[in-house]
Amino acid sequence: MTAAVLFENVSRHFGPVKAVDAVDLEVAAGEFFAMLGPSGSGKTTCLRLMAGFEQPTHGHIEIFGETAEGVPPYRRSVNTVFQDYALFPHLSILDNVAYGLMVKGVGKEERRKAAEDALAMVKLPGYGTRKPGQLSGGQRQRVALARALVNKPKVLLLDEPLGALDLKLREQMQEELKSLQKSLGITFVFVTHDQGEALSMADRIAVFNDGRIQQLGTPEDIYKRPQTRFVADFVGSSNVLSSATCAKLGIPSAAASLRPEAITIGTSWAEQLSLPGKVTARSFLGAVNRVSVDCNGEKIIVTSPAAMPVPDIGADVQLAFSRNDLHLMEEA
Amino acid sequence: MRSDRSTSAPLGLKIAAIGGLAFLHIPILLIFLYAFTTEEKSYQFPPPGLTLQWFAVTWNRPDVWEALTLSVKVATIATAIALVLGTFCAAAVSQTRFFGRETISLLVILPIALPGIITGIALRSAFSMADIPFSFWTIVLGHATFCIVVVYNNAVARFRRVSGSLIEASMDLGADGFQTFRHVILPNIGTALLAGGMLAFALSFDEVIVTTFTGGQQSTLPIWMLEELIRPRQRPVTNVVAMVVMLVTFLPILAAYYLTRDGDQIAGAGK
Repeated sequence: MTAAVLFENVSRHFGPVKAVDAVDLEVAAGEFFAMLGPSGSGKTTCLRLMAGFEQPTHGHIEIFGETAEGVPPYRRSVNTVFQDYALFPHLSILDNVAYGLMVKGVGKEERRKAAEDALAMVKLPGYGTRKPGQLSGGQRQRVALARALVNKPKVLLLDEPLGALDLKLREQMQEELKSLQKSLGITFVFVTHDQGEALSMADRIAVFNDGRIQQLGTPEDIYKRPQTRFVADFVGSSNVLSSATCAKLGIPSAAASLRPEAITIGTSWAEQLSLPGKVTARSFLGAVNRVSVDCNGEKIIVTSPAAMPVPDIGADVQLAFSRNDLHLMEEA
Repeated sequence: MRSDRSTSAPLGLKIAAIGGLAFLHIPILLIFLYAFTTEEKSYQFPPPGLTLQWFAVTWNRPDVWEALTLSVKVATIATAIALVLGTFCAAAVSQTRFFGRETISLLVILPIALPGIITGIALRSAFSMADIPFSFWTIVLGHATFCIVVVYNNAVARFRRVSGSLIEASMDLGADGFQTFRHVILPNIGTALLAGGMLAFALSFDEVIVTTFTGGQQSTLPIWMLEELIRPRQRPVTNVVAMVVMLVTFLPILAAYYLTRDGDQIAGAGK
């Protein structure tokens, strides 16, 4: 099957800055693909390479089997939902949504109907006569989505589309985006710096750092089996045990990652591994307590359910965890 | 303390303000007054009598009409040239980054900072060196140099507020460069261009210095007035024309002021 988006050894350099450096990736058709990374990691540049706003310095890009280099944005069958939505302030909502059809020369009545259908799809029916300035952030976001989808793109690119929304709205939009993607069957490529968002929405995730893909896999893969210290750190603050600590546990490895929620305090069974330590800090986060434990100079974070008793600061504790939760990494 | 200030200004300040306003505007009122005087030869105060006859006389003077038509033509064409070139300059400077961008920005604005006499001499010697005869078109070119600045300044300020992602969004939705300009850029900078154009028209309409250097035998309206002052014939006619010039230049400037003021929220609402 042809890949929706294919990157072969793609680089984009701005002078000495390697924004994207030798990236290979393949987004399958119909997939919800997330590009996750801190700001400046190259994920947005990758998205702009797909949209056609940037051209690769080296390498080859294909969109559904067609070479993309040198093809301007207006001749690509991809559409973008911009981070700041970029709605046209001088046009009504209906004209905003119908813009893509208008420049393609679709008749007035037909594009009005299509735009109204698209607005109904994003749950904003009847908003067509308003101006972008009269809508809330969440509503503008939906208009931006409708404006892109009305063109029936083969790939929809989303550049941190939920970044400006408040938490509750963001969670609601996450669900809606996910179900929209499933029902339309369009390939979504989604850029975010929020690991929770990527984990909950994407079929597959590419974790970016310094212009390179650190790891590419399913959310479960990325979360449970981080391959590098960066991925372990970035995707939900995993503990990374040093080689000395690993040796103490009787496991020869350069480093190992251990999720905070995989650790229990104080109760260790025979088959479990355990580490002694001293509690240095604790904080109540609602559903869980977050406890910092100093194990021989190494700081380990434990999250334990709020119902469990929490040791006092300064108490000596035993940390227990299963060998299966310890994921070995090749590099430190 | 603050409420005291709003109730009444001290007497001295009031007198100073009235004095300043009088100093600025009484000469203009005098021009208006003498457009209605019955005395033709000299400006004696107070005027011996008031009449409307000079309006009729002005209306029937062919030399006034000739000068007025020339001024309108020059201002229109100079403004048109300035609108095209000024918009291009503004687009280049605000939408792209290139080496020497700031310098170019300064060079575009320079003609309005230079004394008119320098611009005039420079253009005159350039035209003679290139063997271009002084004509209607040399006046237009001379005026276009400072008209571009006004259009550029208005357009560049508005361009900065049209966020780059609007242009990208338009391209992304399938619009090529021309369609993007027509449907996204032009509606967002339209009022700024209109304002810039009106200011440019007003500037060109009452320009004297550059015109004297770049003109041939033709007289624009301001030049005609200058000549009338030197050898007076039906003196109040000049005053009538002065009133017309004031109205023709003042109204566009006022309109331009309101247009740019109301245009504030147009391009920023996308965020």
